[in-house]
Amino acid sequence: MFIRKKSGSDIPYSEVTPKSLYMDRRRFLAAAAGVGAAALAGDKLLDLIHPGASAHADTRLQYSKSQYSTTEKETPYQDVTHYNNFYEFSTDKDGPAKLAGTFHPLPWTISVDGHVKNKMKLDYDAIMKLAPLEERIYRHRCVEGWSIVVPWIGFSLNNLINKVQPTSKAKFVEFTSVYRPSEMPGQRTNILDWPYVEGLRLDEAMHPLTMLTVGMYGQTLPNQDGAPVRLTVPWKYGFKSAKSIVEIKFIDYMPETSWHRAAPNEYGFYSNVNPHVDHPRWSQATERRLGDFFRRPTLMFNGYDQVAPLYTGMDLRKWF
Amino acid sequence: MSRNAVLKPIVFVACLASAVELAVEFFRSSLGPDPVATLQHQTGMTTLVLLFVTLAITPLRRITGLLWLVQYRRMIGLFAFFYGTLHLLTYVVLDQSFNLDAIAADVVKRPFIFAGTLSFLLMVPLALTSTQRAIRRMGKNWQTLHRLVYLSAAAGVVHFYWEVKLDRTQPLIFAWILAALLAYRVAYRLWERWRRTSPAPTAAPAE
Repeated sequence: MFIRKKSGSDIPYSEVTPKSLYMDRRRFLAAAAGVGAAALAGDKLLDLIHPGASAHADTRLQYSKSQYSTTEKETPYQDVTHYNNFYEFSTDKDGPAKLAGTFHPLPWTISVDGHVKNKMKLDYDAIMKLAPLEERIYRHRCVEGWSIVVPWIGFSLNNLINKVQPTSKAKFVEFTSVYRPSEMPGQRTNILDWPYVEGLRLDEAMHPLTMLTVGMYGQTLPNQDGAPVRLTVPWKYGFKSAKSIVEIKFIDYMPETSWHRAAPNEYGFYSNVNPHVDHPRWSQATERRLGDFFRRPTLMFNGYDQVAPLYTGMDLRKWF
Repeated sequence: MSRNAVLKPIVFVACLASAVELAVEFFRSSLGPDPVATLQHQTGMTTLVLLFVTLAITPLRRITGLLWLVQYRRMIGLFAFFYGTLHLLTYVVLDQSFNLDAIAADVVKRPFIFAGTLSFLLMVPLALTSTQRAIRRMGKNWQTLHRLVYLSAAAGVVHFYWEVKLDRTQPLIFAWILAALLAYRVAYRLWERWRRTSPAPTAAPAE
């Protein structure tokens, strides 16, 4: 088990009391009482009775270090959690941090279906047990021209893929994010077609760098960063790393992804980080690491050259 | 105390507030995770807002009859130019590190950079001819020249529209306001012409 706790008993992750609750119980109770609003207090009370149903962000995880980590300086936690593109909540960078408190990441289920031998419905505990957790410090490059360095926690997605065994028909993998307009105010607008859909070619999904991510900075994912389970594909622009995934489907056609649907000439299916292929409206040659004042050159495949063989013989201008 | 003595410092401080706020937050390191983006967005936004305020002054004074409003137009316009210059500097210094070749290539290649550059360049002659002397010397030409402010504002809105990734609400709000301001001018012109040409029995002499 990967939980740090005094006893050795094997309890599921969904039962682990979030740190904010056990650290701060007194203040929490006082706040809940002080609010007065019956509905709100009731909601908070429910959380106390049934911890884990919300306030997910900060359960400590145990993990090993990974050979895939960069030695670059990590972006501060505060910045990574307060500068998010998560249109399900808001199109403002600081919006998701403010609005994601209403989201309940647990309980959670991911359906794995399509062209696979073993279709599965995985609950949160099953996901956490798919493979040993690793911390991987990856560069993360947004299509908008900024970048961060994040210590993600999770494991290679191929652990899951090997378990479900795709058939020969499976060529692509489609990832569907959660659709809960009642908890995600951005989904009450039609800024994108909901739910959010992303996709990878099967060999991209199988690449060991592609992560199924459940945490960052030593703890479970905060809501605004895609709790409880997201994808991390470090050589592609950030929007390819779908958040809060509820369905993983193996299909024989290239899936229509959300950003491609919104602006087909601006966001291609592949969306590999590529300093030589500009966004139609802005250059991708440089990026600004959050906190820096000057821009730095953007690296091909975001510096993950080991993925280059996936694209041998492909015209990356055409398949942008 | 005269109205001007009271209002002028207030308008001045109000115009400067955004820059002061940015400077204070800069030194307190509270501009957010991406300070440069905040500086860029805020200076650009203030430029547009102040440009729009100058455009709104003529309609406002005609509608409200507060003729003295025009006394503050120059100051607000110069502040728009000031923020536009800051905005440009964030791009030239922080984004491009003074690399003039890269900037030239960018201006030609990126429609949104081109529109922003155009908007700024159109403000330059207006700022240069904002002195009392220039106004006097240029006479009727001054007014003609200063109609460029509409083009500058339009280019600024287009710059904003092309820059945003997906949510175009804000640039569209600016676009609609600009359309309304232009529509007012056209309607006013037509109305004036109609009033002058219609055989009114007691046609007032032109102002």
